[in-house]
Amino acid sequence: MWCVAVAAGSFRRYATYRVATVAGVFTNTVFGFIVAYAYLALWAERPHLGGYDRAQALTFVWIAQALLAASALMSGGGLDELQERIRTGDVAVDLYRPADLQLWWLAADLGRAALQLIGRGVVPLTVGALVFPLALPGDAATWGWFLLSVLLGVVVSFALRYLVALASFWLLDGSGLSLISGLACMFFSGMVLPLRVFPGGFGEVAQLLPWAAILQVPADVLVGARGGDGLVRGLVFQAAWGAALLALGRLAQSAATRKVVVQGG
Amino acid sequence: MARETSPRGGSSSGAGRIAQGVFAYGLIARMWVRSTLAYRASFVMMTVGNFAACALDFVAIMLMFSQIDALGGFSLPEVAFLYGTSGVALGLADLLLGSMDRLGRRVRDGTLDVLLLRPAPVFAQVAADRFALRRLGRITQALLVLGWSVSRLDVEWTVGRVLMVPLMVLCGTAIFGSVFTTGAAFQFWAQDAAEVQNSFTYGGNALLQYPPTVFAKDLVRGVTFLVPLAFVNWLPALRLLGREDPLGLPGWADFLGPEVAVLMCAGAALAWRRGLRAYRSTGS
Repeated sequence: MWCVAVAAGSFRRYATYRVATVAGVFTNTVFGFIVAYAYLALWAERPHLGGYDRAQALTFVWIAQALLAASALMSGGGLDELQERIRTGDVAVDLYRPADLQLWWLAADLGRAALQLIGRGVVPLTVGALVFPLALPGDAATWGWFLLSVLLGVVVSFALRYLVALASFWLLDGSGLSLISGLACMFFSGMVLPLRVFPGGFGEVAQLLPWAAILQVPADVLVGARGGDGLVRGLVFQAAWGAALLALGRLAQSAATRKVVVQGG
Repeated sequence: MARETSPRGGSSSGAGRIAQGVFAYGLIARMWVRSTLAYRASFVMMTVGNFAACALDFVAIMLMFSQIDALGGFSLPEVAFLYGTSGVALGLADLLLGSMDRLGRRVRDGTLDVLLLRPAPVFAQVAADRFALRRLGRITQALLVLGWSVSRLDVEWTVGRVLMVPLMVLCGTAIFGSVFTTGAAFQFWAQDAAEVQNSFTYGGNALLQYPPTVFAKDLVRGVTFLVPLAFVNWLPALRLLGREDPLGLPGWADFLGPEVAVLMCAGAALAWRRGLRAYRSTGS
Protein backbone atom coordinates (compact mmCIF):
# COMPACT_ATOMS: atom_id res chain seq x y z
CA MET A 1 0.00 0.00 0.00
CA TRP A 2 1.23 3.50 -0.77
CA CYS A 3 0.88 4.63 2.87
CA VAL A 4 3.56 2.18 3.93
CA ALA A 5 5.83 3.35 1.12
CA VAL A 6 5.39 6.98 2.18
CA ALA A 7 6.12 6.12 5.81
CA ALA A 8 9.16 4.06 4.86
CA GLY A 9 10.43 6.84 2.61
CA SER A 10 10.06 9.37 5.40
CA PHE A 11 11.83 6.98 7.82
CA ARG A 12 14.75 6.63 5.41
CA ARG A 13 14.87 10.34 4.75
CA TYR A 14 15.27 11.23 8.42
CA ALA A 15 17.80 8.40 8.79
CA THR A 16 20.18 10.28 6.49
CA TYR A 17 20.64 13.15 8.98
CA ARG A 18 23.13 11.20 11.07
CA VAL A 19 25.21 14.02 12.52
CA ALA A 20 22.08 16.00 13.37
CA THR A 21 20.68 12.94 15.14
CA VAL A 22 23.84 12.51 17.21
CA ALA A 23 23.82 16.23 18.04
CA GLY A 24 20.16 15.98 19.07
CA VAL A 25 20.82 12.96 21.27
CA PHE A 26 23.62 14.86 22.99
CA THR A 27 21.37 17.86 23.64
CA ASN A 28 18.48 15.69 24.89
CA THR A 29 20.86 13.96 27.29
CA VAL A 30 22.31 17.20 28.63
CA PHE A 31 18.84 18.65 29.23
CA GLY A 32 17.79 15.35 30.79
CA PHE A 33 20.54 15.66 33.39
CA ILE A 34 19.68 19.26 34.24
CA VAL A 35 15.96 18.64 34.64
CA ALA A 36 16.54 15.36 36.49
CA TYR A 37 18.57 17.13 39.19
CA ALA A 38 15.97 19.89 39.48
CA TYR A 39 13.22 17.27 39.95
CA LEU A 40 15.36 15.41 42.48
CA ALA A 41 15.49 18.59 44.56
CA LEU A 42 11.76 19.15 44.09
CA TRP A 43 10.84 15.60 45.10
CA ALA A 44 13.29 15.76 48.02
CA GLU A 45 11.18 18.62 49.39
CA ARG A 46 7.87 16.97 48.60
CA PRO A 47 8.08 13.19 48.23
CA HIS A 48 5.06 11.76 46.37
CA LEU A 49 4.31 15.10 44.73
CA GLY A 50 1.54 14.57 42.18
CA GLY A 51 1.39 10.88 43.07
CA TYR A 52 4.86 10.15 41.65
CA ASP A 53 7.65 8.80 43.80
CA ARG A 54 11.22 9.90 43.14
CA ALA A 55 12.01 7.18 40.62
CA GLN A 56 8.80 7.83 38.69
CA ALA A 57 9.54 11.56 38.54
CA LEU A 58 13.03 10.86 37.18
CA THR A 59 11.60 8.44 34.65
CA PHE A 60 9.19 11.15 33.50
CA VAL A 61 12.17 13.44 32.78
CA TRP A 62 13.93 10.91 30.59
CA ILE A 63 10.76 9.85 28.76
CA ALA A 64 10.07 13.50 27.99
CA GLN A 65 13.57 13.83 26.50
CA ALA A 66 13.21 10.54 24.62
CA LEU A 67 9.88 11.58 23.08
CA LEU A 68 10.88 15.20 22.47
CA ALA A 69 11.71 14.71 18.78
CA ALA A 70 9.38 11.81 17.98
CA SER A 71 6.26 13.45 19.38
CA ALA A 72 7.37 16.94 18.29
CA LEU A 73 6.95 18.30 21.81
CA MET A 74 8.78 21.57 21.14
CA SER A 75 7.76 22.42 17.59
CA GLY A 76 9.55 20.41 14.91
CA GLY A 77 8.05 17.49 13.08
CA GLY A 78 7.86 17.68 9.33
CA LEU A 79 4.71 19.72 8.92
CA ASP A 80 6.48 23.06 8.52
CA GLU A 81 7.07 21.76 5.04
CA LEU A 82 3.34 21.40 4.35
CA GLN A 83 2.80 24.89 5.72
CA GLU A 84 5.45 26.20 3.36
CA ARG A 85 3.92 24.30 0.42
CA ILE A 86 0.55 25.88 1.18
CA ARG A 87 2.12 29.32 1.39
CA THR A 88 3.97 28.98 -1.89
CA GLY A 89 1.13 27.21 -3.67
CA ASP A 90 3.05 23.99 -4.25
CA VAL A 91 0.26 22.22 -2.42
CA ALA A 92 -1.70 22.36 -5.69
CA VAL A 93 0.58 19.59 -6.96
CA ASP A 94 -0.09 17.53 -3.83
CA LEU A 95 -3.84 17.88 -4.34
CA TYR A 96 -3.55 16.49 -7.88
CA ARG A 97 -2.01 13.29 -6.56
CA PRO A 98 -4.25 10.22 -6.32
CA ALA A 99 -3.55 10.10 -2.59
CA ASP A 100 -5.37 11.73 0.27
CA LEU A 101 -3.47 14.74 1.64
CA GLN A 102 -4.12 14.02 5.32
CA LEU A 103 -3.30 10.32 5.02
CA TRP A 104 -0.14 11.10 3.07
CA TRP A 105 1.19 13.47 5.73
CA LEU A 106 0.09 11.18 8.55
CA ALA A 107 2.05 8.31 7.00
CA ALA A 108 5.07 10.56 6.51
CA ASP A 109 4.85 11.80 10.08
CA LEU A 110 4.61 8.28 11.49
CA GLY A 111 7.70 7.29 9.52
CA ARG A 112 9.57 10.29 10.88
CA ALA A 113 8.40 9.59 14.43
CA ALA A 114 9.46 5.94 14.23
CA LEU A 115 12.99 6.90 13.18
CA GLN A 116 13.27 9.65 15.79
CA LEU A 117 11.92 7.39 18.52
CA ILE A 118 14.71 4.94 17.79
CA GLY A 119 17.41 7.44 16.83
CA ARG A 120 16.79 10.08 19.45
CA GLY A 121 14.84 8.22 22.14
CA VAL A 122 16.72 5.07 22.97
CA VAL A 123 20.10 6.56 23.90
CA PRO A 124 18.90 9.31 26.28
CA LEU A 125 16.57 6.88 28.06
CA THR A 126 19.40 4.35 28.39
CA VAL A 127 21.83 6.96 29.72
CA GLY A 128 19.16 8.11 32.18
CA ALA A 129 18.57 4.54 33.32
CA LEU A 130 22.28 3.95 33.83
CA VAL A 131 22.84 7.09 35.92
CA PHE A 132 19.58 7.47 37.83
CA PRO A 133 17.33 4.90 39.52
CA LEU A 134 14.42 4.88 37.06
CA ALA A 135 11.06 3.18 37.50
CA LEU A 136 11.15 1.20 34.25
CA PRO A 137 8.83 -1.80 34.02
CA GLY A 138 10.27 -5.30 33.82
CA ASP A 139 7.44 -6.91 31.87
CA ALA A 140 7.07 -6.77 28.11
CA ALA A 141 3.31 -6.07 28.31
CA THR A 142 3.79 -2.65 29.93
CA TRP A 143 6.37 -1.72 27.30
CA GLY A 144 3.88 -2.80 24.64
CA TRP A 145 1.13 -0.63 26.11
CA PHE A 146 3.65 2.21 26.34
CA LEU A 147 4.54 1.93 22.65
CA LEU A 148 0.84 1.87 21.72
CA SER A 149 0.32 4.94 23.89
CA VAL A 150 3.27 6.70 22.23
CA LEU A 151 1.79 5.88 18.82
CA LEU A 152 -1.56 7.37 19.81
CA GLY A 153 0.28 10.38 21.24
CA VAL A 154 2.10 10.92 17.93
CA VAL A 155 -1.25 10.74 16.10
CA VAL A 156 -2.73 13.42 18.40
CA SER A 157 0.40 15.53 17.95
CA PHE A 158 0.16 15.12 14.19
CA ALA A 159 -3.55 15.96 14.11
CA LEU A 160 -2.91 19.22 15.99
CA ARG A 161 0.03 20.20 13.79
CA TYR A 162 -1.96 19.32 10.67
CA LEU A 163 -4.72 21.72 11.74
CA VAL A 164 -2.14 24.44 12.32
CA ALA A 165 -0.58 23.80 8.91
CA LEU A 166 -3.97 23.89 7.18
CA ALA A 167 -4.71 27.24 8.81
CA SER A 168 -2.16 28.64 6.35
CA PHE A 169 -4.78 28.29 3.64
CA TRP A 170 -6.56 31.20 5.29
CA LEU A 171 -3.78 32.98 7.18
CA LEU A 172 -1.03 32.87 4.51
CA ASP A 173 1.56 33.54 7.20
CA GLY A 174 1.03 30.80 9.74
CA SER A 175 4.20 31.41 11.75
CA GLY A 176 2.35 33.15 14.58
CA LEU A 177 -0.13 30.32 14.97
CA SER A 178 2.67 27.73 14.83
CA LEU A 179 4.41 29.61 17.60
CA ILE A 180 1.34 29.71 19.83
CA SER A 181 0.50 26.05 19.23
CA GLY A 182 4.12 25.09 19.90
CA LEU A 183 4.06 26.93 23.22
CA ALA A 184 0.73 25.37 24.16
CA CYS A 185 2.10 21.94 23.37
CA MET A 186 5.28 22.52 25.36
CA PHE A 187 3.37 23.68 28.41
CA PHE A 188 0.24 21.51 28.40
CA SER A 189 1.96 18.28 27.37
CA GLY A 190 3.89 18.30 30.65
CA MET A 191 7.23 19.04 28.98
CA VAL A 192 8.07 21.92 31.34
CA LEU A 193 6.53 20.26 34.40
CA PRO A 194 4.43 17.07 34.73
CA LEU A 195 0.73 17.95 34.57
CA ARG A 196 0.25 16.02 37.82
CA VAL A 197 2.25 18.71 39.61
CA PHE A 198 0.04 21.56 38.34
CA PRO A 199 -1.99 22.81 41.29
CA GLY A 200 -5.68 22.05 41.91
CA GLY A 201 -8.35 22.59 39.27
CA PHE A 202 -5.83 23.98 36.78
CA GLY A 203 -4.04 20.64 36.84
CA GLU A 204 -7.28 18.72 36.37
CA VAL A 205 -8.29 20.80 33.37
CA ALA A 206 -4.78 20.50 31.88
CA GLN A 207 -5.07 16.71 32.06
CA LEU A 208 -8.23 16.78 29.92
CA LEU A 209 -6.73 18.83 27.08
CA PRO A 210 -5.45 17.05 23.95
CA TRP A 211 -1.81 17.87 24.72
CA ALA A 212 -2.01 15.61 27.79
CA ALA A 213 -2.36 12.70 25.36
CA ILE A 214 1.05 13.43 23.83
CA LEU A 215 3.38 13.04 26.82
CA GLN A 216 1.60 12.77 30.17
CA VAL A 217 -0.44 9.67 29.32
CA PRO A 218 2.41 7.65 27.71
CA ALA A 219 4.70 8.53 30.62
CA ASP A 220 2.04 7.51 33.14
CA VAL A 221 1.59 4.22 31.30
CA LEU A 222 5.30 3.42 31.45
CA VAL A 223 5.92 4.36 35.09
CA GLY A 224 2.85 2.39 36.14
CA ALA A 225 0.92 5.38 37.46
CA ARG A 226 -2.13 4.06 35.60
CA GLY A 227 -2.93 0.59 36.84
CA GLY A 228 -5.72 -1.62 35.48
CA ASP A 229 -8.73 0.53 34.71
CA GLY A 230 -6.65 3.70 34.42
CA LEU A 231 -4.57 2.23 31.62
CA VAL A 232 -7.61 1.55 29.43
CA ARG A 233 -9.11 4.95 30.20
CA GLY A 234 -5.83 6.63 29.27
CA LEU A 235 -5.65 4.86 25.90
CA VAL A 236 -9.33 5.61 25.17
CA PHE A 237 -8.71 9.25 26.09
CA GLN A 238 -5.85 9.38 23.58
CA ALA A 239 -7.78 7.56 20.86
CA ALA A 240 -10.79 9.83 21.33
CA TRP A 241 -8.74 13.01 20.97
CA GLY A 242 -6.89 11.51 18.02
CA ALA A 243 -10.11 10.61 16.21
CA ALA A 244 -11.78 13.94 16.99
CA LEU A 245 -8.81 16.02 15.84
CA LEU A 246 -8.26 13.94 12.70
CA ALA A 247 -11.95 14.40 11.86
CA LEU A 248 -11.61 18.13 12.42
CA GLY A 249 -8.57 18.14 10.15
CA ARG A 250 -10.58 16.35 7.49
CA LEU A 251 -13.34 18.98 7.75
CA ALA A 252 -10.80 21.78 7.49
CA GLN A 253 -9.19 20.04 4.54
CA SER A 254 -12.42 19.73 2.58
CA ALA A 255 -13.31 23.35 3.37
CA ALA A 256 -9.86 24.49 2.29
CA THR A 257 -9.76 22.57 -0.96
CA ARG A 258 -13.27 23.66 -1.90
CA LYS A 259 -13.16 27.34 -1.05
CA VAL A 260 -9.61 28.55 -1.10
CA VAL A 261 -7.93 29.64 -4.28
CA VAL A 262 -4.37 28.39 -4.34
CA GLN A 263 -1.76 31.04 -4.86
CA GLY A 264 1.05 30.70 -7.28
CA GLY A 265 1.75 30.98 -10.93
CA MET B 1 30.11 47.36 -0.81
CA ALA B 2 32.98 49.40 0.66
CA ARG B 3 31.77 52.83 1.55
CA GLU B 4 33.83 55.98 1.72
CA THR B 5 32.94 56.35 5.39
CA SER B 6 34.15 52.86 6.19
CA PRO B 7 37.15 53.01 8.52
CA ARG B 8 39.81 51.19 6.59
CA GLY B 9 42.58 50.12 8.89
CA GLY B 10 43.70 47.27 6.67
CA SER B 11 44.81 43.94 7.99
CA SER B 12 47.93 45.42 9.57
CA SER B 13 46.08 47.27 12.33
CA GLY B 14 44.05 45.22 14.80
CA ALA B 15 42.07 48.16 16.12
CA GLY B 16 41.14 49.24 12.62
CA ARG B 17 40.06 45.73 11.81
CA ILE B 18 37.79 45.62 14.89
CA ALA B 19 36.32 49.03 14.04
CA GLN B 20 35.66 47.80 10.53
CA GLY B 21 33.97 44.69 11.93
CA VAL B 22 31.76 46.67 14.28
CA PHE B 23 30.87 49.03 11.44
CA ALA B 24 29.94 46.14 9.14
CA TYR B 25 28.00 44.45 11.92
CA GLY B 26 26.00 47.63 12.55
CA LEU B 27 25.31 48.07 8.86
CA ILE B 28 24.06 44.52 8.36
CA ALA B 29 22.10 44.44 11.63
CA ARG B 30 20.37 47.72 10.72
CA MET B 31 19.44 46.27 7.36
CA TRP B 32 17.84 43.23 8.99
CA VAL B 33 16.01 45.39 11.52
CA ARG B 34 14.56 47.48 8.70
CA SER B 35 13.49 44.35 6.87
CA THR B 36 11.95 42.90 10.06
CA LEU B 37 10.00 46.06 10.77
CA ALA B 38 8.50 45.95 7.30
CA TYR B 39 6.21 43.22 8.66
CA ARG B 40 5.31 44.94 11.91
CA ALA B 41 2.50 42.62 13.03
CA SER B 42 4.67 39.59 12.40
CA PHE B 43 7.52 41.16 14.36
CA VAL B 44 5.29 41.98 17.35
CA MET B 45 3.89 38.47 17.34
CA MET B 46 7.32 36.82 17.17
CA THR B 47 8.68 39.06 19.95
CA VAL B 48 5.69 38.31 22.17
CA GLY B 49 6.17 34.63 21.36
CA ASN B 50 9.84 34.81 22.28
CA PHE B 51 8.84 36.51 25.53
CA ALA B 52 6.15 33.91 26.25
CA ALA B 53 8.40 30.93 25.49
CA CYS B 54 10.90 32.16 28.09
CA ALA B 55 8.15 33.13 30.53
CA LEU B 56 6.85 29.54 30.50
CA ASP B 57 10.18 28.45 31.99
CA PHE B 58 9.63 30.79 34.87
CA VAL B 59 5.97 29.76 35.20
CA ALA B 60 7.25 26.21 35.72
CA ILE B 61 9.51 27.45 38.52
CA MET B 62 6.61 29.35 40.09
CA LEU B 63 4.43 26.23 39.86
CA MET B 64 7.20 24.31 41.65
CA PHE B 65 7.25 26.94 44.37
CA SER B 66 3.47 26.68 44.74
CA GLN B 67 4.25 23.24 46.21
CA ILE B 68 7.46 24.04 48.13
CA ASP B 69 9.11 26.91 50.02
CA ALA B 70 12.71 26.31 49.03
CA LEU B 71 14.48 24.46 46.22
CA GLY B 72 17.92 23.19 47.20
CA GLY B 73 17.75 25.62 50.14
CA PHE B 74 17.07 28.66 47.92
CA SER B 75 13.91 30.78 48.15
CA LEU B 76 11.88 31.90 45.11
CA PRO B 77 13.44 35.42 44.96
CA GLU B 78 16.90 33.86 45.13
CA VAL B 79 16.13 31.40 42.33
CA ALA B 80 14.59 34.29 40.40
CA PHE B 81 17.84 36.23 40.82
CA LEU B 82 19.80 33.34 39.32
CA TYR B 83 17.18 33.02 36.57
CA GLY B 84 17.24 36.73 35.76
CA THR B 85 21.00 37.19 35.66
CA SER B 86 21.58 34.11 33.51
CA GLY B 87 18.59 34.94 31.30
CA VAL B 88 19.69 38.51 30.56
CA ALA B 89 23.26 37.37 29.84
CA LEU B 90 22.12 34.64 27.48
CA GLY B 91 19.51 36.95 25.92
CA LEU B 92 22.13 39.60 25.08
CA ALA B 93 24.56 37.02 23.68
CA ASP B 94 21.71 35.45 21.71
CA LEU B 95 20.69 38.83 20.28
CA LEU B 96 24.25 39.71 19.29
CA LEU B 97 25.60 36.33 18.12
CA GLY B 98 22.68 33.89 18.18
CA SER B 99 22.33 33.78 14.41
CA MET B 100 25.75 32.17 14.14
CA ASP B 101 24.22 28.72 14.47
CA ARG B 102 23.13 29.10 10.85
CA LEU B 103 26.75 28.87 9.75
CA GLY B 104 26.53 25.13 9.10
CA ARG B 105 23.77 25.71 6.59
CA ARG B 106 25.89 28.30 4.81
CA VAL B 107 28.85 25.93 4.66
CA ARG B 108 26.63 23.17 3.30
CA ASP B 109 24.97 25.18 0.55
CA GLY B 110 28.13 27.13 -0.29
CA THR B 111 26.74 30.62 0.39
CA LEU B 112 29.61 31.26 2.80
CA ASP B 113 31.78 31.91 -0.25
CA VAL B 114 29.87 35.12 -0.89
CA LEU B 115 30.78 36.38 2.56
CA LEU B 116 34.45 35.64 1.96
CA LEU B 117 34.45 37.89 -1.09
CA ARG B 118 33.06 40.93 0.67
CA PRO B 119 35.48 43.52 2.09
CA ALA B 120 34.30 43.05 5.68
CA PRO B 121 35.32 40.60 8.41
CA VAL B 122 33.54 37.28 7.92
CA PHE B 123 32.87 37.05 11.64
CA ALA B 124 30.91 40.31 11.64
CA GLN B 125 28.93 39.21 8.59
CA VAL B 126 28.05 35.80 10.02
CA ALA B 127 27.19 37.26 13.43
CA ALA B 128 24.91 39.94 11.99
CA ASP B 129 23.30 37.65 9.43
CA ARG B 130 19.53 37.58 10.02
CA PHE B 131 19.89 39.76 13.09
CA ALA B 132 16.74 38.89 15.04
CA LEU B 133 15.33 41.80 16.97
CA ARG B 134 12.57 39.52 18.30
CA ARG B 135 15.15 38.20 20.77
CA LEU B 136 14.48 41.34 22.79
CA GLY B 137 11.56 39.24 24.11
CA ARG B 138 13.88 36.99 26.11
CA ILE B 139 15.89 39.95 27.41
CA THR B 140 12.74 41.80 28.51
CA GLN B 141 11.34 38.75 30.28
CA ALA B 142 14.60 38.04 32.10
CA LEU B 143 14.98 41.72 33.06
CA LEU B 144 11.48 41.72 34.55
CA VAL B 145 12.25 38.61 36.62
CA LEU B 146 15.60 40.11 37.67
CA GLY B 147 13.94 43.40 38.70
CA TRP B 148 11.30 41.57 40.72
CA SER B 149 13.89 39.41 42.47
CA VAL B 150 16.10 42.38 43.35
CA SER B 151 13.08 44.11 44.94
CA ARG B 152 12.38 41.00 47.02
CA LEU B 153 15.89 39.90 47.98
CA ASP B 154 17.05 40.31 51.54
CA VAL B 155 20.41 41.83 50.59
CA GLU B 156 22.02 45.00 51.87
CA TRP B 157 22.66 46.89 48.64
CA THR B 158 26.02 48.65 48.94
CA VAL B 159 27.52 50.40 45.91
CA GLY B 160 29.84 47.46 45.29
CA ARG B 161 26.98 44.97 45.34
CA VAL B 162 24.85 47.10 43.03
CA LEU B 163 27.72 47.38 40.55
CA MET B 164 28.27 43.64 40.72
CA VAL B 165 24.95 42.91 39.00
CA PRO B 166 25.61 44.68 35.67
CA LEU B 167 29.20 43.42 35.73
CA MET B 168 27.93 39.86 36.16
CA VAL B 169 25.55 40.27 33.26
CA LEU B 170 28.27 41.73 31.00
CA CYS B 171 30.75 38.96 31.80
CA GLY B 172 27.98 36.43 31.37
CA THR B 173 27.17 37.86 27.94
CA ALA B 174 30.82 37.55 26.93
CA ILE B 175 31.00 33.96 28.22
CA PHE B 176 27.83 32.89 26.43
CA GLY B 177 28.97 34.81 23.35
CA SER B 178 32.22 32.80 23.33
CA VAL B 179 30.20 29.60 23.49
CA PHE B 180 28.09 30.72 20.51
CA THR B 181 31.27 31.55 18.57
CA THR B 182 33.05 28.32 19.45
CA GLY B 183 29.93 26.37 18.50
CA ALA B 184 29.81 28.15 15.15
CA ALA B 185 33.51 27.47 14.56
CA PHE B 186 32.85 23.79 15.25
CA GLN B 187 30.31 23.82 12.42
CA PHE B 188 33.11 24.34 9.90
CA TRP B 189 33.89 20.66 10.56
CA ALA B 190 30.45 19.30 11.51
CA GLN B 191 27.83 21.19 9.55
CA ASP B 192 24.78 19.46 10.99
CA ALA B 193 25.84 19.71 14.61
CA ALA B 194 24.21 23.07 15.31
CA GLU B 195 22.19 21.50 18.07
CA VAL B 196 25.25 20.58 20.14
CA GLN B 197 25.87 24.20 21.01
CA ASN B 198 22.30 24.49 22.27
CA SER B 199 23.35 22.18 25.09
CA PHE B 200 25.85 24.73 26.27
CA THR B 201 23.90 27.93 25.57
CA TYR B 202 20.23 27.22 26.22
CA GLY B 203 21.15 24.16 28.28
CA GLY B 204 23.65 26.21 30.25
CA ASN B 205 20.96 28.78 30.88
CA ALA B 206 18.55 26.08 32.08
CA LEU B 207 21.30 24.87 34.42
CA LEU B 208 22.24 28.26 35.81
CA GLN B 209 18.67 29.20 36.67
CA TYR B 210 18.67 26.54 39.39
CA PRO B 211 20.89 26.82 42.47
CA PRO B 212 24.16 24.83 42.28
CA THR B 213 23.18 22.96 45.44
CA VAL B 214 20.63 21.07 43.34
CA PHE B 215 23.22 19.40 41.14
CA ALA B 216 25.78 16.66 41.68
CA LYS B 217 29.21 17.98 42.64
CA ASP B 218 30.82 16.55 39.51
CA LEU B 219 28.40 18.45 37.29
CA VAL B 220 29.13 21.67 39.19
CA ARG B 221 32.87 20.97 38.83
CA GLY B 222 32.37 20.46 35.11
CA VAL B 223 30.70 23.84 34.58
CA THR B 224 33.28 25.54 36.78
CA PHE B 225 36.53 24.16 35.37
CA LEU B 226 35.65 22.58 32.01
CA VAL B 227 33.08 24.92 30.46
CA PRO B 228 33.25 27.75 32.99
CA LEU B 229 29.59 28.73 32.88
CA ALA B 230 29.52 28.93 36.69
CA PHE B 231 31.18 32.35 36.37
CA VAL B 232 28.15 33.72 34.51
CA ASN B 233 26.11 33.94 37.69
CA TRP B 234 26.58 31.09 40.18
CA LEU B 235 29.83 32.20 41.83
CA PRO B 236 29.18 35.97 41.93
CA ALA B 237 25.53 35.45 42.90
CA LEU B 238 26.42 33.11 45.75
CA ARG B 239 28.76 35.79 47.07
CA LEU B 240 26.04 38.44 46.70
CA LEU B 241 23.42 36.29 48.40
CA GLY B 242 25.85 35.39 51.19
CA ARG B 243 25.77 31.67 50.38
CA GLU B 244 28.40 28.99 50.68
CA ASP B 245 29.82 27.75 47.40
CA PRO B 246 29.28 23.97 47.26
CA LEU B 247 32.78 23.36 45.86
CA GLY B 248 34.43 25.39 48.62
CA LEU B 249 36.54 27.48 46.23
CA PRO B 250 38.60 30.32 47.71
CA GLY B 251 36.71 33.61 48.08
CA TRP B 252 38.56 35.45 45.31
CA ALA B 253 37.24 32.95 42.75
CA ASP B 254 33.85 34.66 42.97
CA PHE B 255 35.36 37.74 41.32
CA LEU B 256 37.10 35.96 38.45
CA GLY B 257 34.20 36.57 36.03
CA PRO B 258 35.98 39.22 33.90
CA GLU B 259 39.20 37.18 33.66
CA VAL B 260 37.27 34.07 32.66
CA ALA B 261 35.28 36.06 30.12
CA VAL B 262 38.47 37.43 28.51
CA LEU B 263 40.06 33.97 28.40
CA MET B 264 36.94 32.44 26.86
CA CYS B 265 36.75 35.18 24.23
CA ALA B 266 40.41 34.58 23.33
CA GLY B 267 39.76 30.85 23.05
CA ALA B 268 36.69 31.44 20.91
CA ALA B 269 38.62 33.80 18.63
CA LEU B 270 41.29 31.16 18.17
CA ALA B 271 38.73 28.47 17.41
CA TRP B 272 37.01 30.76 14.91
CA ARG B 273 40.27 31.48 13.09
CA ARG B 274 41.20 27.81 12.88
CA GLY B 275 37.72 26.97 11.67
CA LEU B 276 37.73 29.64 8.99
CA ARG B 277 41.21 28.61 7.80
CA ALA B 278 40.08 24.99 7.58
CA TYR B 279 37.08 25.92 5.45
CA ARG B 280 36.90 24.26 2.06
CA SER B 281 34.19 25.43 -0.25
CA THR B 282 31.73 22.92 -1.64
CA GLY B 283 32.55 24.41 -5.00
CA SER B 284 29.01 24.32 -6.30
